[in-house]
Amino acid sequence: MNKKNTEYLINRKDNQYEVVIGLEVHAQVLSESKLFSSSSTKFGAEPNTQVSLVDAAFPGMLPVINEFCIKQAIKTGIGLNAKINKRSVFDRKNYFYADLPQGYQISQFKDPIVGEGKVILDMPNGQKEVGIERLHLEQDAGKSIHDLDPQNTFVDLNRSGVALMEIVSKPDLRSPDEVNAYIKKLRSIMRYLGTCDGNMQEGSLRADVNVSVRPKGSKEFGTRCEIKNVNSIKFMQMAIEYEANRQVDLIEEGKTIDQETRLFDTKKNETRSMRSKEDAHDYRYFPDPDLLPLEVSEKFIEELKNDIPELPDDKKKRFIEEFKLSPYEANILVSDIDTAKYFEEVVAKMGKNKDIKLAVNWITGELFAVLNSKGLEISQSPVSAKNFAILINLIKNGTISGKIAKTVFELMIDGDKDPQKIVEEKGLKQQSDPKALEALIDKIINGNREKAIEYKQGKEKLFGFFVGQAMKASGGKANPQLINEILKKKL
Amino acid sequence: MSIDLKTIKHISKLSRISVDEKRAEKLADDLNSIFEFIEKLNELKTDDVKPLTSIAETTLKFRSDEIKSKNIREQIIKNSPEDNEDYFVVPKVIE
Amino acid sequence: MSDITKQSLTELVENIKNKKLSSTDVTKAFIQRSEKSSELNAYITDDFTSALDKAKKFDQNPNLDLKLPGIPMAVKDLFCTKNVKTTAGSKILNNFVPTYESTVTENIWNEGAILLGKLNCDEFAMGSSNETSHFGNVQNPIDKNLVPGGSSGGSASAVAGQLTPITIGTDTGGSIRQPASFTGIVGLKPTYGSCSRYGIVAFASSLDQAGPMAQNVKDCALLQEVISTYDPKDSTSINFKRNHYSKELTKNIKGKKIGIPKEYRVDGMPKEIEDLWQKGIQYVKDCGAKPIDISLPHTSYALPTYYIVAPAEASSNLARYDGVKYGYRAKGENLIDMYEKTRSEGFGAEVQRRIMIGTYVLSSGYYDAYYLKAQKVRKLIKNDFDKAYKKVDAILTPSTPSSAFKIGEKKNDPVSMYLNDIFTVPVNLAGLPGISIPAGHDTKGYPLGLQIIGKAFDEQNILNIAFAMEEKINFKNKITDWWIK
Repeated sequence: MNKKNTEYLINRKDNQYEVVIGLEVHAQVLSESKLFSSSSTKFGAEPNTQVSLVDAAFPGMLPVINEFCIKQAIKTGIGLNAKINKRSVFDRKNYFYADLPQGYQISQFKDPIVGEGKVILDMPNGQKEVGIERLHLEQDAGKSIHDLDPQNTFVDLNRSGVALMEIVSKPDLRSPDEVNAYIKKLRSIMRYLGTCDGNMQEGSLRADVNVSVRPKGSKEFGTRCEIKNVNSIKFMQMAIEYEANRQVDLIEEGKTIDQETRLFDTKKNETRSMRSKEDAHDYRYFPDPDLLPLEVSEKFIEELKNDIPELPDDKKKRFIEEFKLSPYEANILVSDIDTAKYFEEVVAKMGKNKDIKLAVNWITGELFAVLNSKGLEISQSPVSAKNFAILINLIKNGTISGKIAKTVFELMIDGDKDPQKIVEEKGLKQQSDPKALEALIDKIINGNREKAIEYKQGKEKLFGFFVGQAMKASGGKANPQLINEILKKKL
Repeated sequence: MSIDLKTIKHISKLSRISVDEKRAEKLADDLNSIFEFIEKLNELKTDDVKPLTSIAETTLKFRSDEIKSKNIREQIIKNSPEDNEDYFVVPKVIE
Repeated sequence: MSDITKQSLTELVENIKNKKLSSTDVTKAFIQRSEKSSELNAYITDDFTSALDKAKKFDQNPNLDLKLPGIPMAVKDLFCTKNVKTTAGSKILNNFVPTYESTVTENIWNEGAILLGKLNCDEFAMGSSNETSHFGNVQNPIDKNLVPGGSSGGSASAVAGQLTPITIGTDTGGSIRQPASFTGIVGLKPTYGSCSRYGIVAFASSLDQAGPMAQNVKDCALLQEVISTYDPKDSTSINFKRNHYSKELTKNIKGKKIGIPKEYRVDGMPKEIEDLWQKGIQYVKDCGAKPIDISLPHTSYALPTYYIVAPAEASSNLARYDGVKYGYRAKGENLIDMYEKTRSEGFGAEVQRRIMIGTYVLSSGYYDAYYLKAQKVRKLIKNDFDKAYKKVDAILTPSTPSSAFKIGEKKNDPVSMYLNDIFTVPVNLAGLPGISIPAGHDTKGYPLGLQIIGKAFDEQNILNIAFAMEEKINFKNKITDWWIK
């Protein structure tokens, strides 16, 4: 493998291979109740306690669709710059499994609710557009637990019927890094929209990864393999890397690649074939006769469009224009909605005479460091945006120096204290009274006559000595700028 | 058209109904006579006909996003052939 | 009153309201007759003890404003009834006790009726003779060893044999109308979306409808009025203005245009059916309505279409019977083995056959040729009716191509069995209401029915036509009580 000009290629002897990746992301819709039943979607409940008669597929039970889930899917479609289909159809995907109580999954096959769209990725070498093929709504299955009993499998149906959005990308991705950026971008957009919490640990976001390889420059696609249900970005990247190399090896050995479903073994760090060929699936899709075609009006869609918040791409653009941030800084601030929210609140709280650059530096520096060390999200920040803004203003208006500010910040963390009060109580206010400082400096010059003379004779290095002495005498509170000015004048 | 034993085996697998040789033969006979009668549809040209997707002359109605179903685990598990009070229990799944 | 069970629903309601009879009297009478009628095998599960308790309770504090005050009633065992075993006529559900109630039965109990028990039916409503039931054949009260029709065979037998004053069945391709015709009673299949499907064991979702079966049209109208409600729990339930069918019932059908579709004159149809139809046309005229010749050109394609659509939906609807959550489970070495044995042992031959047909027509490579084709033809069949209804208000046809046949006569020939539904199936495919009324007897003395098909949501109109014709026909069912020892 070779990374040249950030292009991800797999090298074998004289041949170079390009990796082609498409993703089917399953994103759990953020909703109170399930797609076709009124039981809770809350994560982590006792087994089978969030299961209705509909979810467990009792005889005669019928699905009734959750309007909010439809809205969530359409909003996500809008966020992906995609075509919203006014008419879509729910189909049954038929297969047997212990955690699939109906014996079919209600999904959308031919006519999904959202059609083609695109997302923009910010890669180190510029922007990259990734096409979205479609987004459709479907039911999640339950959970089979194989390791609680040697002879039996246990089934928990809490997840059964929870709404998922399956977001299918075009085969536009070319490297594990792009996959990383793509997942993060999707996650970011959905979190802005409030349509999916993007929590990969809880399984709210998982993906099936389609991988194929082809000689560099080739226009045709190779045979692809689908790696099922990978639930972390790191594993996705590892799976792709393993799978691409496996396929290249097969080609180099003159063998063919079977189109198949594979599983990523996180312990062995390899993919392996999941189902034998004789058991090939035939899902027998057909429109669910318990449901009617889903029709939404132009008005319904328009109202949702009006409800769309500023999304990361637009926010980034605005931050650059309005706050004169660098694209890099803007990216850091917009990629997570909570960071953007925090930043904007700080900006708002700073009032008129604000120093946004300073705020950005402090957020990405001091604040991120604290969050990191404490393992907290920015939404759980121990320092509120309000107090953070006050602190930045204290620096900006010269009340405290940057150095003192760090001490104040340390003290703020414990209980979100008001920095103004800390400064007052601890007497950390910067001395900016020219008369007092003049007196202080006079005293120092008088006490160091010889050094003052040496300075005047040209030993300019000694200027630092006087600054140091003055700061020391003021207990670090003297306004360094004023000290400089006064010293220059007096010496 | 003719449905052979291999096809019977395939659809019995898909529908998860085990069928022994004798029954497979009888099923093949039955299905062939039924499909012979179904083939009558081929007399009709339907290229320009839009398929009917729903017979109910109405639009899909929506439910509001409220949790109405509470914990009814006992009810849900009550009828199951095997359970352990928390889970449904099935023979080991082999992948 | 020794002849309580001979009374119609309307009479019973009146007598209870006038306090000439108590609910206990009526309930006891039907229980006693039911108990003496075990040879009909109409019941799968009885709930007599509980019924009597409920009747006594009703009498202590009778609410006579209800539409079915203290009326005992047995229902087809396809309706889920809370805490009462519900089998759908299948071994795979032979121990299933729902914790919930179907909307249709809930409506009935809310109007004061009392559950007598659950009536036999073809397994998962798949059959036309009640011979596919896991719980045995049902006898037709008309004659020994005669099928009552199906799938609502137990229901038809129970009404004709006076084991219940009235009942509800379900009709996917004729399962109410054909057994009604075979037993000399009235059966209505309402418009698709009129009665909620919630809590009814599903056969084919786009075709299934519950409906009343009664001794006469008025009783039928009253029960339809009770069971037809809009239900938000069923996405295919339709919110339309429902008539007070029994109150608005009228024999005045003067000037109504009644279509007579020439395509229902099928090859090999017995002369007595043709004669019955002609008599029916005469009755229509006698009532002041006007028969008009019409054409429903795709009629002969209805049955093949049905035998694609219904099994396809059934193959998927019945996937939930897998031995995991409820019902029968066979021992298996692993999950798949358990599934295959459970479903092989739990489903009867006809159900397996239909699951196989359905699986096949949906399978990869065949979907377009069969399922999609059928959905297109279904559209053509519906268009036929739409066109006809521009000219006529209702359509008159025979209900069945023959009278009831002997038990075992057609059991081994699925296609000849399927042909029973040739006149009823188009109505389900088009989602229309249809009613079968007894209209005469064949040479053997077995009843024959006529079917009146209406426009969608026009139940009132076909009930009125049936009501008017009923008077002219003046049908008397020949029940000898042969089964009572």
